Amino acid sequence: MKYLLILLISLLPAISYAGEAKDMAKDPVLEQRMIHLTQNLRCLVCQNESLAASQADLAKDLRQEVRDKMKQGMTDKEIIAFMVSKYGDFVLFDPPMQRNTILLWYGPFGLLLIGLASLVYQLRKRRKSVLEVKMSAEEAQRTAALLNEPKAPQT
Amino acid sequence: MTRFWPFAAFAALVVFLYIGLGRDPHEIPSPLINKPAPTFTLPELYKPAQQFSSQDMKGQVWLLNVWASWCVSCREEHPVLMELSQKHIVPVYGLDYKDTNVQGEAWLREGGDPYTLVATDANGHVGIEFGVYGVPETYVIDKQGVIRYKQIGAITHENLQQKILPLVAELQAK
Repeated sequence: MKYLLILLISLLPAISYAGEAKDMAKDPVLEQRMIHLTQNLRCLVCQNESLAASQADLAKDLRQEVRDKMKQGMTDKEIIAFMVSKYGDFVLFDPPMQRNTILLWYGPFGLLLIGLASLVYQLRKRRKSVLEVKMSAEEAQRTAALLNEPKAPQT
Repeated sequence: MTRFWPFAAFAALVVFLYIGLGRDPHEIPSPLINKPAPTFTLPELYKPAQQFSSQDMKGQVWLLNVWASWCVSCREEHPVLMELSQKHIVPVYGLDYKDTNVQGEAWLREGGDPYTLVATDANGHVGIEFGVYGVPETYVIDKQGVIRYKQIGAITHENLQQKILPLVAELQAK
């Protein structure tokens, strides 16, 4: 009897079924496309979350807006352009290459060039400061004698 | 001189970080400034059978204040709007955003109604057209129907006197 009860209890989760998000069921292809698109868009309320992930009311509304626009036959590009026209470049996680973002895109390369230039400059300067020591004939002889000397037995 | 450079770089970094920290990340500049305001037709709050069209506002400077009964900062700016409405400088139109008529009306009964007219945007669609992302927001719209300024967050005496009213006067004189 006890074991039967345990068995029944362990089967409980099978019948406790949580409803899937409704919109998923309606049109999974469209939903996939919507999620794919909104993953690259930033939520304006919780700013480091994507529109796809955010639970803010505005994000929900905007996801619905994206769905509606997709149903109207708008392309992904057109929808992104719409979002940018309303909320600015801020909604894009991937900032576009344009006049006011030149520093953002090419700044790092500029810093790299500065680094390389100062490295080359430093190396050249150092080369000048290292002196080549010229040995006299006598010194050369002494050096050779020392080098050729048989090794002293190790103690 | 070589000792000076790391210090200069550090100082520059501090300046940038200081400026960055001073900025409010919630104030996202609207791309709609100096663009024609989206046109809309929405039911009025008190007479839902009647429609308000933003086209009717052509020829005058007006403020569109986006608010809601569930919005906390709206309570903060409400007294300022009440004061403004008594001065009759510029008509303030309300857009009751994602709210129910019952709650919206109750809210205005409680604190007073500063609006010339209130339209209701129950599903938030017009809000999206205007790029609303945080209520309250206020738009200054000129005679040609162009958005000239957007106040993100509550209207205060300060930003009203310094920004909004001078701009309104300038636009009205045109």
